[in-house]
Amino acid sequence: MSELESIESEALGAVQAAADLAALDAVRVAELGKKGRISAFMKTLGKMTPEERQVAGPLLNALKTRVADAVAARKTVLEDAALDAQLATEYEDLTLPPPPEPVGALHPVMQVFEEMAAIFGTMGFAVAEGPDIEDDWHNFTALNFPEGHPARETHDTFFMNNPEGGAPKVLRTHTSPVQIRTMMEQKPPIRIIAPGRVYRNDWDATHTPMFHQVEGLVIEKGIHMGHLKGCLIDFVKAFFEVDTVEARFRPHFFPFTEPSAEMDVKYTKKGDSIQIGQGDSWMEILGSGMVHPNVLRNCGIDPDEYQGFAFGMGVDRLAMLKYGMPDLRPYFEADPEWTRHYGFAPWLTPTVSGGLS
Amino acid sequence: MKFTLSWLQDHLATRKSLDEILDLMVQIGLEVEEVDDPAARLAPFTVCKVTAAEQHPDADKLRVCTVETVDGTKQIVCGAPNARAGMTAIYAPLGAYIPGLDFALDKKPRKIRGVESHGMMCSAKELEAGEDHDGIADLDEKFALGTPAAIALEANDPVIDFEVTPNRPDWLGVMGIARDLAAADGGRLISPELKSFSGSYDCPVEVHVDHEASCPIFTGVLIRDVVDGPSPDWMQKRLKAVGIQPKSLLVDVTNYVSLDRARPLHSYDADKLQGPIHARLGKAGETLDALDGKAYEITEDMCVIADKSGVIGLGGVMGGQSTAVSETTINVFLEAAWFDPLRTARTGRATGIISDARYRFERGVDMASCLDGLKQAVSLIRKYGGGKASKPVIAGAPKTHEDKVVFNPNDVERLTGLRVKTAEMKRMLKDLGFDIEDAGEAWYITVPDWRFDITQSADFVEEIARLTGFDQLPQASLPQADGLNAKPTSLQWRIRTGRRVLAARGFIEAVTWSFMSAPHAELFGGNEETLAVANPVASELSQMRPSILGNLASAAQRSADHGTSNVRLFEAGPIYLGDGPKDQRSVITALVQPSVQRHWDHAPQIYDAQSAKADLYALLEAFDQSPTRFQIAEPRQSHWHPGRAARLTLGPKTTIAHFGALHPRVLKALGVSGPVFGFELNLQALPNMKTSVLKTKPVLTKADLTPIRRDFAFLVDQAIQAGDIIRLAQKAHKTLISHVSVFDVYQGDGIDAGHKSVAIEVTLQPSGEALKEADINMVSDAIIKAVTKGTNGTLRS
Repeated sequence: MSELESIESEALGAVQAAADLAALDAVRVAELGKKGRISAFMKTLGKMTPEERQVAGPLLNALKTRVADAVAARKTVLEDAALDAQLATEYEDLTLPPPPEPVGALHPVMQVFEEMAAIFGTMGFAVAEGPDIEDDWHNFTALNFPEGHPARETHDTFFMNNPEGGAPKVLRTHTSPVQIRTMMEQKPPIRIIAPGRVYRNDWDATHTPMFHQVEGLVIEKGIHMGHLKGCLIDFVKAFFEVDTVEARFRPHFFPFTEPSAEMDVKYTKKGDSIQIGQGDSWMEILGSGMVHPNVLRNCGIDPDEYQGFAFGMGVDRLAMLKYGMPDLRPYFEADPEWTRHYGFAPWLTPTVSGGLS
Repeated sequence: MKFTLSWLQDHLATRKSLDEILDLMVQIGLEVEEVDDPAARLAPFTVCKVTAAEQHPDADKLRVCTVETVDGTKQIVCGAPNARAGMTAIYAPLGAYIPGLDFALDKKPRKIRGVESHGMMCSAKELEAGEDHDGIADLDEKFALGTPAAIALEANDPVIDFEVTPNRPDWLGVMGIARDLAAADGGRLISPELKSFSGSYDCPVEVHVDHEASCPIFTGVLIRDVVDGPSPDWMQKRLKAVGIQPKSLLVDVTNYVSLDRARPLHSYDADKLQGPIHARLGKAGETLDALDGKAYEITEDMCVIADKSGVIGLGGVMGGQSTAVSETTINVFLEAAWFDPLRTARTGRATGIISDARYRFERGVDMASCLDGLKQAVSLIRKYGGGKASKPVIAGAPKTHEDKVVFNPNDVERLTGLRVKTAEMKRMLKDLGFDIEDAGEAWYITVPDWRFDITQSADFVEEIARLTGFDQLPQASLPQADGLNAKPTSLQWRIRTGRRVLAARGFIEAVTWSFMSAPHAELFGGNEETLAVANPVASELSQMRPSILGNLASAAQRSADHGTSNVRLFEAGPIYLGDGPKDQRSVITALVQPSVQRHWDHAPQIYDAQSAKADLYALLEAFDQSPTRFQIAEPRQSHWHPGRAARLTLGPKTTIAHFGALHPRVLKALGVSGPVFGFELNLQALPNMKTSVLKTKPVLTKADLTPIRRDFAFLVDQAIQAGDIIRLAQKAHKTLISHVSVFDVYQGDGIDAGHKSVAIEVTLQPSGEALKEADINMVSDAIIKAVTKGTNGTLRS
């Protein structure tokens, strides 16, 4: 065994034997440091003849590389071992619960308002608003409910105190006065929906003194009842997220439309839930009709020039039909359990392209 | 309104089945609510013949019968006392559901005391088809084996109930229903011609109409020597079927005429009338003891019927007791008149009387039908009760629809998209009773006296469309919406966004009543008289809310009482500051009733006034409203804690929000345990967001020099607000200071009593060239000077 071979074998042995990073570094310094054994040999190259150097150079360089590689390899092993030893002390019981965070939820009625705004938005309807405390003219007279008309009686109207006398203000019994306010303020073409709170003096298992409606209004030249039919069928399909809706329109009476129609859709009962669109029974879902010429005239619109349709629907009930709430009363109780169960996460923004629900 | 099929068939010759008639009713606007078809209910039951009835070997009261049935010869054990050989009875096969007993027979024969019984023989009562005297139905032997029970029991007249819309009072008579069905091609109108009566003597009762506007016509007839007793069976049966209890001939006939032809009548005991009858306006001080047993005060707005004795009836609403017919009546005076709908409705509301007459007159009665009503009633009364009728007496005259209404037939297609042939339109309108004068473009149409809903062309469009059927309407999607903008307003956008921000921060959305109780509303500064509901549904819902905080606080307490504490609630909705259209505000209100939550590692921060501020600021940031543009001031609303709540303002005048802790006294009055924190943000007070046609954003300018941070601690009086220190420091240099934050507030050891130390970190952001030490010192000095001078404090060394 030559001298170089025995140095190599000793150096590699020492590297392997190094128990920790400090010992390993000591070996590195002893062999490859400035004053190390292998470095000393490297220095002898300078004194050699070119022929000697040609032989010894490669041998020495190879030796130096092998020892340096061995040091690096051993270093990795020792570092890994050290990290493993450290990690072994760093256990956390991750079955422990994280700190509680409050979970929020959106109310289903408000979500359904947004769904409707999204659907009608694609058809060009803007959202319009009006006050809850209305005067008699906007709530009734302008909508062709003449003074003393029996149709007024069917509205179970809430009246406001009226210390000064005269016709008392009312809590709007429907969102239809927003039709009037819109037509008084803007010129056709008009496409609006008016979601909001409405009030009737009735409180039992299926009625609450406050509830929600969405009113719709289209006033444009050439809009006829076929458009009403098409628009509402398009809406019902989009709202209930079904491809087919079997619908029927029935004549009815509303003072502010002529002709007037109620819309029924077919449905099937499946256990406790209801599937809208097809089935063997009809369910009434909304009222509609062509805007009465008297209403147009009351708003300063010439019924021979402009025409259109209006509709109104109960939002609470449509929300019940779609999402299966069995009872209307908890809607207004601010019950967190109910809202978390029937409500919606904040990131569920209804859009037509992204899905309503 | 209820009627029976056979009653309809008195007026309508039709080949249509019950189901076809029902469908047609729905198609033309008579919304069917309920149908009771006894034939369907009685379908399993048929006539049988009892050939033998033997005593049961083991039971005294049972008989073993041999019965010929549609299913062959059956052995049936029967407990009815009247079961006997040779009887014609009703057979119920095994498995049949017996409606009157609400159970179904077993499908297999059952042994009764050891003898098998293969079915049952039923009473009419068990089939809900009538009453029995003793035992099972004992039928005329003319009914052949297998005859349906519905026919044998004469229970084959379906009852139809439908909704009469307020525009069609003529549907309150069966004839009116038949007329519409005939016009819709459902048959032919065959209402019997009414026989006129030529009275043998002049009516001794004088009648006068004194106020034409409220009662333009009043007619009557006297019938002498009437024998009042039960009305005929057929009439009783029809009245019962539609839910009216028969009483006596005179009462039943007036009810019948009213239902048959929508013509209300009133009957008086002629012997109780005193002198001539006047239809006039009431006088103050008059009273009426009405038929309902109550006394009513008469006002000058009411139309009354009066004789010498005073008021004897409220026209079109209710008659009086003093002239009522009774068992002893022999001479009856029948009234057929017309009362103004609006006045009738007012009288009805003022008295609270709900009567069939009021219901009909306030919707409208055919003014021209008075004499026909008398004809029909006289003929029925004389037929079943005898008596001699006078000549009719007439005061006033009917005001019939004289003005013709113009119909433009092109409006049908213009408004509905339907194309209906001219001849077909004419036929429909004629069948409905309209008289048409065709002038091409426009038709001049005379409206029948029973219609009150036809005033213009669109009304005819509805008639044509509903008789054609809305199923024939074309279905067209809306055309493209050129020039229409469906974008939300900034308020709508803020509501949508704000709700999502709060929900993402753990808040549950509530929708609570727009009302509160008046005392609760007052706690929140809302005691406006004009915001009180005059007819509240309940006292706790009697005042429009001036704030949402109270409703949310009560809800949080309810929730805590049910074991869910620490709930975060919010509501985006209206509050009411007055009754004008602009007095309603859209607010977002959030509220937390915090409770300590335990956790193994560290207890989460308890919700406090700062948390409410953080949530409010998160909303403002989401609305692109940097909170730094607002100022903080003392609360102005008395329902906030005086020291732990504040008001966010924009300049001296505009209040944007209140936030912090609610006043403990308010919470106590609400019955809510405190503390409770929250905010109420008035969305309409917020400035509008900058909107620009250009959607491009300004180029990002990113500081390339490292910011420098310096800390300062000031000793100030404890009343000095941190916000002031921040503002003073911020203002010390216009461009360099990019941020000031408070990192410590300290009171205690080393600080004089009544003072505090507030430590701030100031960030300097150089731009262009790096700051030299001298520049930094200059800014530092300026900060120290500004704060110490502005707060009367000192730099803490």
